Amino acid sequence: MTLTANQEIPRPAVGRAGMKKELPDHFKDYRHVWVFIEVERGNVHPVSFELLGEGRKLADKLGVKLAGVVLGPPGDATQLAIAEAFAYGADVAYLVENPLLEDYRNEPFTKALTNLVATYQPEILLLGATTLGRDLAGSVATTLLTGLTADCTELDVDADGSLAATRPTFGGSLLCTIYTLNCRPQMATVRPRVMAMPQRTNKPIGCVIQHGVLMVEEEIVTKVLGFISDVQSTNSNLAYADVVVGGGLGLGTSENLKLAKNLARVIGAEYGCSRPLVQKGWMPADRQIGQTGKTIRPKLYIAAGISGAIQHRVGVEGADLIVAINTDPNAPIFDFAHVGVVTDAIRFLPALTDVFTQRLSPHSRDKLAN
Amino acid sequence: MHVVVCIKQVPDSAQIRVHPVTNTIMRQGVPTIINPYDLFALEEALRLRDVHGGEVTVLTMGPPMAEDSLRKALTYGADRAVLLTDRYFAGSDTLATSFALSQAIAKIGETFGAPDIVFTGKQTIDGDTAQVGPGIAKRLDLLQLTYVSKICSLDLDAREIKVDRRSEGGTQMLHGRLPCLITMLEGTNEIRRGSLDDALRAARSQIVKWSAGDAGIEDLSKCGLRGSPTVVKRVFAPTVRTEKAEQITTTDKALGDLADELIVEIFARQPALEHELAFDASA
Ligand SMILES: Cc1cc2nc3c(=O)[nH]c(=O)nc-3n(C[C@H](O)[C@H](O)[C@H](O)COP(=O)(O)OP(=O)(O)OC[C@H]3O[C@@H](n4cnc5c(N)ncnc54)[C@H](O)[C@@H]3O)c2cc1C
Repeated sequence: MTLTANQEIPRPAVGRAGMKKELPDHFKDYRHVWVFIEVERGNVHPVSFELLGEGRKLADKLGVKLAGVVLGPPGDATQLAIAEAFAYGADVAYLVENPLLEDYRNEPFTKALTNLVATYQPEILLLGATTLGRDLAGSVATTLLTGLTADCTELDVDADGSLAATRPTFGGSLLCTIYTLNCRPQMATVRPRVMAMPQRTNKPIGCVIQHGVLMVEEEIVTKVLGFISDVQSTNSNLAYADVVVGGGLGLGTSENLKLAKNLARVIGAEYGCSRPLVQKGWMPADRQIGQTGKTIRPKLYIAAGISGAIQHRVGVEGADLIVAINTDPNAPIFDFAHVGVVTDAIRFLPALTDVFTQRLSPHSRDKLAN
Repeated sequence: MHVVVCIKQVPDSAQIRVHPVTNTIMRQGVPTIINPYDLFALEEALRLRDVHGGEVTVLTMGPPMAEDSLRKALTYGADRAVLLTDRYFAGSDTLATSFALSQAIAKIGETFGAPDIVFTGKQTIDGDTAQVGPGIAKRLDLLQLTYVSKICSLDLDAREIKVDRRSEGGTQMLHGRLPCLITMLEGTNEIRRGSLDDALRAARSQIVKWSAGDAGIEDLSKCGLRGSPTVVKRVFAPTVRTEKAEQITTTDKALGDLADELIVEIFARQPALEHELAFDASA
């Protein structure tokens, strides 16, 4: 959904032509909930499992089947992705196996997914709001001329069976619930870590429906020349960390950031930051937490010198336990933190790091010393 | 060469307030800015023009006041500005927006020369969808390169382009062909201060203003609310948890004792963490 600068937020406009939930006949046979299983370089992105968990609930409410869609080259990784889709709750899997789908490229993936949808007609199609998922979802929705709701934080089905997709807007200050009328499938993307990870089961592989892709390499303009993995660089694993230490402008200087990094190192946490630190160039963009950064879902989030603006809040609310350290007892972060420490983070972080170090097992302390 | 950059005028959302009772956005007095992500696209376009020659056209769809953003883009050094404005566009979702913009880009191509590259920002700060770029690409059947962090090379004669593209867990190096649509990643460059010449030229420039009809859009049912399959049914403020954080205050305590107290509190609330902390360190 896009809201143009000057236009009021569209209100419920019951009776307006655009609001009628009357589905054209040719869409009435669209059934089942699909989750696109994102596989890149052999690995399934965990957001796909989170989506299967959410898709399961929607499918059960609608009384339909849940399917995982796997696009990839012939080989073990693709087969494994299918097995995983079943383990995380899929009833059916759709598979397009083709060497053209080795690395992600927009053209063959769009074509393969669009063809599958046109042939098997799902009523709901969910993708992760990753760089791959957003790239693909936009092309598929435009090709199919259907609605797509980005970065949803909540999905549900209405009494009449339509998908109610809720997403933040205006940098997180508001939420809106969006419907796709008169078109199918109803498409949505969901950011990693927004939905809970479902239980993995040992369900055996079920029904796999294979489909071809009508394309040859010569028709594909994009060629992949190479890939540099973040593993060789300093990029973060923030989204999946169990413990995260976040630093904000309250730390005062880029030099002081090491206080947060130190604590993170000692307790085996990842570190991240609020947006101004990225804007000042103190931290790389992939360490930013929040609406325009990463969503985190750790067991513990320690926020030091962060005010708790709404855009930061929406990225951390999924944390089980939020500890805030801030000099201002009225800082907005105390409205959603569970435990607050009203003190100077610059002095407190080293003390906290020390006490944690004393509590660590001798073994971990030795490791840290090296 | 000819580069078209799509920009959007957005409310400076850092300054937006939500009305506590009606849950609506209070826009009065909220300044508008060019969507910050679009500035990276604009700068990249200007750099390509500076190296390869040619022209940069900026395009926006919006209300008449969006002209301000276009003029601003001219002061940065864009050569031409097109404002697509018509009440038929009101209420457009991303599908309808990409339709209108793609029609305008086609018209720009007919009028001023076919674009070699169309740029957009990664996403907007008000809609946050990252869908309009891919939508335009699909509508115009352009090769789509999203989340581009670097344009490594551009060969106009061979019609070839090489880019780095951000993906999950790494950077993809891609080779593609012109014409293409690029959505630019943030932080890739820094928007220039326009020159005095540019400022003077911007002040004098005529902004091309097109209605739906001017842009050659015949099928108005694809525009605005009617052309938007998605409809916003409910707008509401996020639920605010009412109980505040349990605060531990310092004044009379040594920092070490305070740290102790905090750690006890953390483990009381999350017992499992006691064994998991320093997981990496003890691995
Ligand atoms: C479109 C848009 C998107 C945005 N996206 C994000 C996003 O993804 N993530 C994000 O974080 N922000 C985002 N922001 C910015 C957000 O609105 C806030 O500006 C930002 O989160 C504030 O960062 P901060 O809390 O570090 O700094 P400040 O707001 O400056 O707060 C600093 C805090 O530190 C406290 N403090 C000062 N000194 C000390 C000390 N010695 N010890 C302890 N505490 C101290 C102060 O009391 C204050 O509460 C976005 C904004 C916009 C407009």
